[in-house]
Amino acid sequence: MDRRIVKDKLVKNSSALLLGFMLLVVLLIFIGLILKSQPLLESHPLGDILSKSVWAPMKGEFGFLPFILGTVWVTLIALLIAVPLCILAAVYLVEYAEDRLRNMVLPLVNVLAAIPPVLYGVWGVLFVVPVIRDVIAPLFGLQISGYSVFAGGMVLAVMIFPIMMSIMVEVIQTIPQELKAVSLSLGATKWETIQHVILKKARPGIIAAVVLAISRAFGETIAVLMVCGNIPKVPNSLFDAGYPIPALIANNFGEMMSIPLYDAALMFAALLLFIIIFGFNLLSRLILNKLEAPH
Amino acid sequence: MYSFPILQAEETPNIISLKQPHIQIKDLHVVVEGQEILKNINLSIPNNSVTSIIGPSGCGKTTLLKTLNRLLDDSKDVEISGSVLVNGEDIYAKNAEVTHIRKKMGLLSQKPFTLPMSIFENIAYGPKIHGEKDKGKLKAIVEQQLRNVGLWEEVKDRLDSSATRLSIGQQQRLCLARGLAVEPEIILGDESTSALDPISTQIIENLLMDLKQRYTIVLVTHILRQARRVSDYILFLYQGEVIEFGKTEELLLHPKHEITKQYVKGFIS
Repeated sequence: MDRRIVKDKLVKNSSALLLGFMLLVVLLIFIGLILKSQPLLESHPLGDILSKSVWAPMKGEFGFLPFILGTVWVTLIALLIAVPLCILAAVYLVEYAEDRLRNMVLPLVNVLAAIPPVLYGVWGVLFVVPVIRDVIAPLFGLQISGYSVFAGGMVLAVMIFPIMMSIMVEVIQTIPQELKAVSLSLGATKWETIQHVILKKARPGIIAAVVLAISRAFGETIAVLMVCGNIPKVPNSLFDAGYPIPALIANNFGEMMSIPLYDAALMFAALLLFIIIFGFNLLSRLILNKLEAPH
Repeated sequence: MYSFPILQAEETPNIISLKQPHIQIKDLHVVVEGQEILKNINLSIPNNSVTSIIGPSGCGKTTLLKTLNRLLDDSKDVEISGSVLVNGEDIYAKNAEVTHIRKKMGLLSQKPFTLPMSIFENIAYGPKIHGEKDKGKLKAIVEQQLRNVGLWEEVKDRLDSSATRLSIGQQQRLCLARGLAVEPEIILGDESTSALDPISTQIIENLLMDLKQRYTIVLVTHILRQARRVSDYILFLYQGEVIEFGKTEELLLHPKHEITKQYVKGFIS
């Protein structure tokens, strides 16, 4: 056979093989996590692990509820802060801002996304935590260290801002000018048009952006770990410390072999995170597909 | 076969009794991105009749239409000078209130753009914005406007379903009904039938001819036969200038200018 054709076939097949390997890695991680967390699942019923709130590895008690709720608290706070701000900022950039401003801000937002998380963590420790300790908590008559789910949520809000923002801007930009003209020509003001037409039309895209941001927030480790206190207790208020799942894994990885079942517990934490994030990404993909499908 | 609604006299709240023309355009110049799209337009558009704006593509037809309800406001790099008087009021005056001006004009665009809501809400949207809260009244408005465009019988059982489920022709009639629901005085059509099939086109054309009893209608069209069918007056625009303006038959059969003659005969398009 001609050497050129052999080369062509070789490239085609070998690149397919490499792609297969890469997908296999993800699958292997998943299987590995299941196998490694097996010892915990064998000795403790799954319902107990997920619903109990006592975390005492030395006594063999592994209740994941504080970590699950810690993750949920931090993520919810981040969303409550970031989502409304993001929607309004995106609307402003597309509908009101001049081209020059938009062209300046959008690349800047992407730069924000590229800043390493540890820098956000440092910012949280040096700025957010003291502000909560010295300014916000005293307003409620509290004396706390400032390391809290609130601090974690604030830092996380800033971190998920760029990705949400750039998706939302893109979504709002796709809404046809003519549709806005319809609303305006009926005598609606610009704000009414934004409220009733633009945001309504953009809703699936906005939801997808939020879901993507949630999966990012769930997985965020280092920045949150630095500011949220890391106490394995179910948080009851904004100012309580929390302990999200990624922080649990990162903090205890070094000593996991020293206590029986501890390693299996951490692997189970990783498995939990894997499933949650995988699920959310799948969900956002489904929403986006539906959005992009021709009507 | 489709039967056309008969418009009742008592349904006409805005019969035009003004002696002055509804729309007067004076010394209008529009410059978009440094290019003069419209040059020194002076016009009075006759009341209660259909006026078609014709001319080759890029001659400024749509721009002229958009200046009538200030839809160019949001476009970038547009300079407008001169004045457009609607009922004697200059809509480009400094203190002119744009939502109030736009409410007076129903716009029917090239393709039907339904709002992302139900059939009912599409029509109720305008009246709601202008303060109508009474559900009974909204229902009455929706029914009346759907009847006006001959859509009521086709959709009365699915008013709550999404407007996008309708056929394109039905959507365009819905858009017309939506525009009429804010009780405009003027209807602007921007090649409103270019996306429609022949039957839907005919329905829309007949509707417009019915509606001229109550409204002043300005259409942009690139189809000469359509202009001949529906309009009382024709405005021929060429390279941003008004070349000729007159009664339909006169302009089409006895054009005064050489360019108009060529366009009517199909030499320029």
